[in-house]
Amino acid sequence: MTDWLASLHRVIALVRKELLAILKDPRSRITLFVPPIMQCLIFGYAATLDLSNVPYVAIDQDRSAASAELLARLDSSGTFVRVADLLSPAEAARAVDDRRAMLIVQIPQDFERRLDAGAGTDVQVIADGRNSNTGGTALAYFNTVVEGFNADWLADHGLPPPAVQPVVRAWYNANLETRWNTIPALIGTLAMMQTMLLTALSVAREREAGTFDQLQVTPLRPAEIIAGKTIPSMIIGTVQATNVLLVAQLWFHIPFQGSFVVLYVGLIFFMLAAVGLGLFVSSIAQTMQQAMLYGFIVMMPFILLSGLTTPISSMPVILQDFTLINPLRYAIDIAHRVYLEGVGLDRLGSDIWPLAAIGAFTLAGASWMFERRLG
Amino acid sequence: MTDAEVFAARSRAKLRRIWALVRKEGLQVLRDPSSFAIGIVLPVILILLYGYGVSLDVRHVPVAIVVEAPSPDATELAAGFALSPYFAVRTVTSEFDARELMLERKVDGVIYLREDFSRESRLGSASVQLVLHGTDANRARIMQGYAEGALAAAAATRNDAGGAAVGGPVNVESRLWFNDADDSHYFLVPGLIVLVMTLIGGTLTAMVMSREWERGTLEALFVTPVQADEILVGKLLPYFLLGLVGLAICVLAARFLFVVPLRGSLWVLGLTSMLYLLVALGMGLFISSTLKSQFLASQITQLVTFLPATMLSGFIYDLRSVPAFIRAISDCVPAHYFVALLQTVFLAGDVWSVILPNTLMLGVFAAIFLGLTRHAIRKSLA
Repeated sequence: MTDWLASLHRVIALVRKELLAILKDPRSRITLFVPPIMQCLIFGYAATLDLSNVPYVAIDQDRSAASAELLARLDSSGTFVRVADLLSPAEAARAVDDRRAMLIVQIPQDFERRLDAGAGTDVQVIADGRNSNTGGTALAYFNTVVEGFNADWLADHGLPPPAVQPVVRAWYNANLETRWNTIPALIGTLAMMQTMLLTALSVAREREAGTFDQLQVTPLRPAEIIAGKTIPSMIIGTVQATNVLLVAQLWFHIPFQGSFVVLYVGLIFFMLAAVGLGLFVSSIAQTMQQAMLYGFIVMMPFILLSGLTTPISSMPVILQDFTLINPLRYAIDIAHRVYLEGVGLDRLGSDIWPLAAIGAFTLAGASWMFERRLG
Repeated sequence: MTDAEVFAARSRAKLRRIWALVRKEGLQVLRDPSSFAIGIVLPVILILLYGYGVSLDVRHVPVAIVVEAPSPDATELAAGFALSPYFAVRTVTSEFDARELMLERKVDGVIYLREDFSRESRLGSASVQLVLHGTDANRARIMQGYAEGALAAAAATRNDAGGAAVGGPVNVESRLWFNDADDSHYFLVPGLIVLVMTLIGGTLTAMVMSREWERGTLEALFVTPVQADEILVGKLLPYFLLGLVGLAICVLAARFLFVVPLRGSLWVLGLTSMLYLLVALGMGLFISSTLKSQFLASQITQLVTFLPATMLSGFIYDLRSVPAFIRAISDCVPAHYFVALLQTVFLAGDVWSVILPNTLMLGVFAAIFLGLTRHAIRKSLA
């Protein structure tokens, strides 16, 4: 019993020392707590695949009431901005080349005549495919506007609507805003980026200064040293995650559907796995430079294959299997499901167990590496 | 000695000092496995991940079709979805089953054919409910487009059978320029080059100066005849060469592994990439020479390299749709100019009206970062 208490005392002392070492420098305090908030604000606005202000040029060869009506619909859609009315396709092509326009909309000469004749007519749109995702999205928006035009035109002329009409509803994100997807995902991502590096550097820094050897001759056991290095980073990571959560709630007003307790249970397991990974990196690195570079090399694939920017289900099967050892993948899943879908712990088992396993494995590996280094 | 001789002797001494510094730094790079890891292993990993792993193309989306009352019409519609390459269909018979599948995230959407679907569709107009899992909004929107397309196709075949006109009054005939195949590699791979250059340049040099500050070796250097600009060149050159290796790996992979077309000229690509490498190296050197702490330098470098190069560069997210103040911030991110350059040089060709202003901006950034670094080194000398 007293043994156990003494051990706890030692761990607490080490945790205090670590926190002091990290936080006593005002520049480190700022570096650790301001950037996640700023990044969340900036990326909340920047990381959107929703388009607005899509610049387009119109080549209206018909100059009729119907063609004007179609263009007016585009302009009032809130998505498209007409930057020029041009006559020649060559001029329009130049506007796209220079990136002044993303779309060219070309309305043929007989547009209104064919419409009135009930024959059906074509509108040609060309999108800048240098970013084919954005280009495709702009085309889809354009189609929606034309569908609205068609429906109204049919109704105005007393014609029957199309035979099958889709009624679309989106769960969890009624307006399909990308931001609702990105910002909850940032809770885990931003916390992981800095805490993993923090942990990786903390041991390397002691190695460079020679104090890590001193630590080994104190009564601290390896497990206690590991705990003393893990807990401070977890605390800092959790505070960072909380800051991001606050920005999501107070600034972006993304409605929180689930329970905070559930979210934090998930976060703690995630921080354990992320910090464990950082510690494992630091057990391999000799210097701070190596700790940082190896940290980057580990983190980069994890962020790319987490579902943050591109969906996991679009990846090939081998890489989908690789994501099973990626703690961030589970954190993003937890954040989405608790935040947007409001699920409880009963449905989160498939996310939490892998995190616990990654945490246990990396911490055990780090402790084994530390001991081996000494021997 | 004449003035010319003095000048020649000074230049020779200067070159000798620079060479000594370059050699020392180069040996350090060669002996540290982590430099190689970031210069060569990281590009290869990223190329493989981006090339094969990361894709925004939506295929085989799992969806559930709820058929409350089986009928030929409903079966035909369900078959239309099953045949589409965009969907992987599961047929269920009740709304409850579909809801359960959505909650478990086993499906990303539900297509709901009510009991009276068959009767309504024979009367001429039936509604089909489409429920999307909206968490991944982009994917949901793409899926919605595909589903509406499949429904329109189904409606068209039915109309066809009845002898009515096919399609709506206005049909959209769309084309995607520069990327007819709609292959997301075409823009992801040039973006990847930007990312790799930013990471190599930024991270390799981030610790270099701060380490010397922490260990006091920079002060030792100050008592030698070495001058500030010589230190700068000595630090820059070895990492520049390592960065070129990473660049070559990326360009070769883009051309031959992923067959991304290079419609502009190779020399424009090479020169602008070298310029950007200088910008990235300058950024890392500037951070590490002003912060003088390895811990801070590494954290700050991480903050200003990876995420801005991904999120604020126009590489994935289009910057024309963001609020003006975010665009103003993105104007301060050098990667933003390099992305515009590379996407144009690879996919559109040598469009000088894009190349010249962006190259100019990169030149300005390089001058600012390197100038500030030199200033930071010199100031400490006094």
